[in-house]
Amino acid sequence: MLNEKPVMSIRNLLLRYGEGCPSCRGSLEKNRCAVCKTVWAVNDISLDVYPGEVLGIVGESGSGKSTLMRSLYFDFTPTSGCATLRDYKEGQKNIWDASSAERRMIKNTIMGMVYQNPILGLRMNYSAASNIAEKLIGAGSRHAGQMTLRAAELLEAVEIQTSRMCEAPKNFSGGMQQRVQISKALANRPALLLLDEVTTGLDLSVQAKVLDLIRKIKARYGMSILLVSHDLAVIRMLADRTVVMLDGKIVESGLTDQILEDPQHEYTQQLVHSLI
Amino acid sequence: MDILTINHLGKSFYLHQAGLEIKSCQNINLTLKKGEFIGIVGLSGAGKSTILKCINRSYLPKQGDIIYDSERLGLINLATASEREILYLRRYEIGYVSQFLNIMPRTTAKEHVMNALMDMGVVMENAETEAKEMLAYFRLPEDLWDIYPATFSGGERLRLNLAHALVKKPRLLMLDEPTASLDNNTKILVRDMLKNLKDRHTSMIGIFHDIEFMEGVCDRVFNILEGVFVS
Repeated sequence: MLNEKPVMSIRNLLLRYGEGCPSCRGSLEKNRCAVCKTVWAVNDISLDVYPGEVLGIVGESGSGKSTLMRSLYFDFTPTSGCATLRDYKEGQKNIWDASSAERRMIKNTIMGMVYQNPILGLRMNYSAASNIAEKLIGAGSRHAGQMTLRAAELLEAVEIQTSRMCEAPKNFSGGMQQRVQISKALANRPALLLLDEVTTGLDLSVQAKVLDLIRKIKARYGMSILLVSHDLAVIRMLADRTVVMLDGKIVESGLTDQILEDPQHEYTQQLVHSLI
Repeated sequence: MDILTINHLGKSFYLHQAGLEIKSCQNINLTLKKGEFIGIVGLSGAGKSTILKCINRSYLPKQGDIIYDSERLGLINLATASEREILYLRRYEIGYVSQFLNIMPRTTAKEHVMNALMDMGVVMENAETEAKEMLAYFRLPEDLWDIYPATFSGGERLRLNLAHALVKKPRLLMLDEPTASLDNNTKILVRDMLKNLKDRHTSMIGIFHDIEFMEGVCDRVFNILEGVFVS
């Protein structure tokens, strides 16, 4: 455990909207330059995700959490910075230098993503099984029978009845859509799962079901998970380590219980004291 | 042989909102021998739990060293060890038991204990066998094993906490008021279990309100007053 290489390393990741100006360095109001109006959505983020761990990212809305996640999944192109994956070119190549084909390979086999909004992660008019099959085909599967079996297995793992696998997710509840997204992300057993606010907007019993599922996934597959949430209870239950983001920057990081019981930064203290 | 040496440990909390520094404990020195059981007593707010939480690194110590003799890592300063090292030690060598139960939703008592083992890499079948043995050892009624513990009594929760921590057979065990709010019969049960652990050479530090109850179990007792050990 101690000598393992990170599954993912991010160094000095920066994503800004706008050109920036010399005043940006000193005149940011939150994450926006008062002079040139450039928004520094993700500002110099560096972190490592180790094998089998859950790394939590907390912060208020607009702190850059989802932008960071979506950059990692190639939805946005960062302004500068580097991210490497242990399973892509042995961690020697920046993922944002990857070709389109390599990016598809990374998204299909090395990383899985579950979005806060299922519309971003699912094809709502295709069946649940087809959504999973899309991932399997992307990783090279061609045998329809095998893909159906695998889709059934994955949907069963997220407690969706196989009798509903031919239905389109648009007919499912929010919690079910989230679970279909999770099964889709797991299709090719990626080394790293990106979970962006997966329990937000779900009622408590469904939230518990999704949390339980994530814990089981971690135990069963030993996957690494990057978990974004603004819900500290979710972070407390799942994350081994946690980083706190504010205005696009990491202001504090540490063991999850230490962050919650002995927060050092002013913002983290405010966050913890806001816990209901 | 010492398993734990604490030198000049100090901890304070800075509250940004109030611009206030609160001192919790200062200049704490303590040595725990292998297989020894140390009790810490003191009034509420004296800083007892702070010491345990600094050892567990739930709190970041401000001053001093906490040198732990790890089986795998050798001598390591818990005050400055990396997060990965602390996670490793918590998983394999150091246990922490409090009176509060922190459990995932929809996790049964048996699964909770099994999870501790599966985190260490034990396969599910073996984890289940060991978890059952541990729950039986702590005399948690068998009909509660497959129940979600949200409705457990204080004593049942504590026994589950103990089972969860001890199934990993930690070399160092910290107990934060394990007998608080328990009835007398359950307290006797916990005391007997701690005696058994001591006989198995587990090194332990425990916080107790009613230390006289632990007479004959603790090897040494420290009294803490306003964050400082007093004789």
